[in-house]
Amino acid sequence: MPFIPHTENDIQSMLEAMKLSSVDALFDEIPVSLMLKQALDVPNGMNEMSITRLMQERAKKDEGYACFIGAGAYDHHIPAAVWELASRGEFLTAYTPYQAEASQGGLQVLYEYQTMIASLTAMDVANASLYDGASALAESVLMAVRCNKKVKNNRVFFLGTLSPLYRKAVDTIIDPQGIELIEIPYSTTTGVVDVSVLAHLQEKDANALIIQQPNFFGCLEAVDELTDWAHHHNMLVVAAVNPTALALVTPPGEWGERGADIACGDGQPLGIPLASGGPSFGFLTCKMPLIRQMPGRVVGRTLDDEGKQGFTLTLQAREQHIRRAKAKSNICTNQGLLVVAAAIYMSLLGTEGLRRVALACHNNTRRLVEKLKTIGSVSLQFTSPFFHEFVLALPVPVKPLIDQAAESGLLIGYDLKPFIADDEHWLLVAVTETKTEEDLDRFVAFFKAHLQGSSASKEQQTSAEAAK
Amino acid sequence: MNLIFDISREGRFAHAQAPDTTPATSDIPSHLLRQTKPRLPEVSELQVVRHFTRLSQKNFSIDTHFYPLGSCTMKYNPKGVHKLASLAGFAQRHPLAPEAASQGILQCLYDLQTMLAEITGMQAVSLAPMAGAQGEFAGVAMIRAYHEARGDFDRTEIIVPDAAHGTNPASAVMCNYQVKEIPTGADGDIDIEALKAALSEKTAGIMLTNPSTLGVFERRIAEVQKLVHDAGALLYYDGANFNAVLGKVRPGDMGFDVLHLNLHKTFATPHGGGGPGAGPVAVNDKLKAYLPLPLVEKTNTGYRWSTEKDLPESMGQLSAFAGNVGIHLRAYIYARMLGKQGMQRVSEMAVLNANYLQARLKDAGFVLAYPDRRATHEFIITVADQTKAHGVKAMDYAKRLLDYGMHAPTVYFPLLVPECLLIEPTETESKETLDAFVDAMIAIKQEVETDATLVKTAPHTMVVRRLDDVRAARLLDLVYVDASCQ
Repeated sequence: MPFIPHTENDIQSMLEAMKLSSVDALFDEIPVSLMLKQALDVPNGMNEMSITRLMQERAKKDEGYACFIGAGAYDHHIPAAVWELASRGEFLTAYTPYQAEASQGGLQVLYEYQTMIASLTAMDVANASLYDGASALAESVLMAVRCNKKVKNNRVFFLGTLSPLYRKAVDTIIDPQGIELIEIPYSTTTGVVDVSVLAHLQEKDANALIIQQPNFFGCLEAVDELTDWAHHHNMLVVAAVNPTALALVTPPGEWGERGADIACGDGQPLGIPLASGGPSFGFLTCKMPLIRQMPGRVVGRTLDDEGKQGFTLTLQAREQHIRRAKAKSNICTNQGLLVVAAAIYMSLLGTEGLRRVALACHNNTRRLVEKLKTIGSVSLQFTSPFFHEFVLALPVPVKPLIDQAAESGLLIGYDLKPFIADDEHWLLVAVTETKTEEDLDRFVAFFKAHLQGSSASKEQQTSAEAAK
Repeated sequence: MNLIFDISREGRFAHAQAPDTTPATSDIPSHLLRQTKPRLPEVSELQVVRHFTRLSQKNFSIDTHFYPLGSCTMKYNPKGVHKLASLAGFAQRHPLAPEAASQGILQCLYDLQTMLAEITGMQAVSLAPMAGAQGEFAGVAMIRAYHEARGDFDRTEIIVPDAAHGTNPASAVMCNYQVKEIPTGADGDIDIEALKAALSEKTAGIMLTNPSTLGVFERRIAEVQKLVHDAGALLYYDGANFNAVLGKVRPGDMGFDVLHLNLHKTFATPHGGGGPGAGPVAVNDKLKAYLPLPLVEKTNTGYRWSTEKDLPESMGQLSAFAGNVGIHLRAYIYARMLGKQGMQRVSEMAVLNANYLQARLKDAGFVLAYPDRRATHEFIITVADQTKAHGVKAMDYAKRLLDYGMHAPTVYFPLLVPECLLIEPTETESKETLDAFVDAMIAIKQEVETDATLVKTAPHTMVVRRLDDVRAARLLDLVYVDASCQ
């Protein structure tokens, strides 16, 4: 069922105009030996009615869960206007604004977005987005290495509390360029890096320090001290941040004496559906002097021939379509549509709305933590302040509980076993503004029902000791 | 038009969108709290709706205008596909939801992997790369892994034809390869002698787009394939132009070892003003072990993700989760709608439209870059003759076409044809639209001959006139700074 307008008459008259007898003749430059001899082995086509039935059946299988998983993707309310507007064909079906005069709408949205995200991170400038938070962090690391002229090696420090999901993608992307990531260990008591360990690091010579705030566990790092330490040792500071949290916690541009140099993150909390993790978008902001090393599309405001204001892609001399092998990155597309959605989301929420969303997330999280305290056998793993996410230490392995909970429509969190110290009792739980008192009670009731009789077991305490 | 910041008023906000948080409390220590307010817009919901609706109206798009942007495949993006991919079960699924709660999406992704392997003639597919350029990066990284696994560490070069997309050399460099560029022959095919000279024991691979960005099919592909493989190197297929050969010829049958597809081109997912895209990679048996993660696997009990444990030699993850799943879903729905017969019909009508347009423009006196060749799904004209005679450049044609209500073709790419326009109509355009485009081109050509200034100063009907790009790059204005706040 292709979307083709041609009638038989159209095809005949077009062939006649070319003095050809058949459509097949159009393919006569392809060697016959290579041509497919039969139709592809794929299912027969479907009309919209049939495919609708099929997709509704499949979507239903994954529907209706109360989600307490975070770990980099968060279940926020998305105002109806966000996707009503972003799905307009003029945004949805345009392409990269190569013809600026016919793309002023999309370009102005990107410029407004750049302004909003730069303000939220308290940084000078932003690009028009990258693929996701993890790849934005990889690009930030590559950028930091290019920018740091004082350091001659290829090392980059990161805190052990960085998302292991980000870490994996960063590894993949920077590995071919021979950049080495060195971990600074965190405290399994506080859940953050203890700044006193910095003094004991054997090696302090590196291009950059990556700080995630809040960190993967939801804990808040001592960003001011970490930033000043890194700057004191000639490193650039790369911040990986959650945009919702920035309505409440210190933005990277204000960390320490001088602020972070590059700040990035995933824009999903800003009006992007979870959608299995993508498409989302990565944001990248930096201090002005670093702008020419920044990858990705950037929109600038300029004047037209008559002195009227307009918008255009700028600093294109950094990019692959101009510089080819000498480009700052191979990136071509950004995530334009998601940025449109984020700009609409940030406009709708505004300064006050986003602050309230952040507070509501955090208050719900604290309420859940309080309620959980009534169950004697679970406890918070870490002592540090947190934002909208925390690690729960359970007396039993997490994995079977997650499966049981899913059967009753509850996604209780993320099992940290594959990543962290191989401890199978740590559950990462996120709570957003979407959760009602009933949702929280349901969560607690599940644990009460399934942990009855078990107290903080000896086994768990032993493994927690071992992790230290 | 006003910026959203111009209509912002302190204290205004969309009350319906802000959760009630009384009393507003926070236990976060004050030294970690934000001391300055972010300057987001302070506007009402209606103001937001009106502002962004009006902005949308300043865009050309497929839904509103003919958009023959070469090498971008701006075909119709079916509304039903977008709607089905937005069903709650898909849109609200957390990326880390347990597999038991994810069988619907996993089945779609598995089916898509299977279909793409068949469509490309390859053995295995990973959907992970989030765009074509990331697919290229993954493909080249796999080529590196292949050589290194065989103990061959001396291959330091990737060969790229001069007509290639800029992403090809940039991706090779991101994988720490040196790029060796080879020229194209006068007939549009690869210069075989130059290829022979470039190949050596240092060659890791070659990146080819077939049909090439010149809009012609590489006729000596079998010979190229043999030369490259005989040199111990691998062949990478850039699937940017796959729409021209869908269901007709498969990269696997041409002898390619690895490829990426641009789902936002051939499989009709919306371009979204410059993304999101998706660039799945497909490989033959040589490279299967190195595919990026995650993949979806079918077991006796259902569908599951495969991880490092299943694929220990994988090149790794490319994103935090599974890539642009929402785009995979759209491509899958579109592919199921096309089905067996529909796929072939897509390439046939795409190629028919391009050749018809090429023939008509030639008759109208335009100069074809490769007049002796069949066009594929796209073709190139050059207006260098008119530049010489009247000083009108390809960019002037592009801008004037906007006044005629058509988006411009790609201009100044590929780099080796001077003053070129790369035109790709796609299969979803009707004959009437193609004829209207030819009429517009003829009208502009007449204007060039009678009133060249009119064309050189175009566009005249857009919301802005030609923009000063030099000023934009020199006096960088990338974020709005409110003078009253300084």
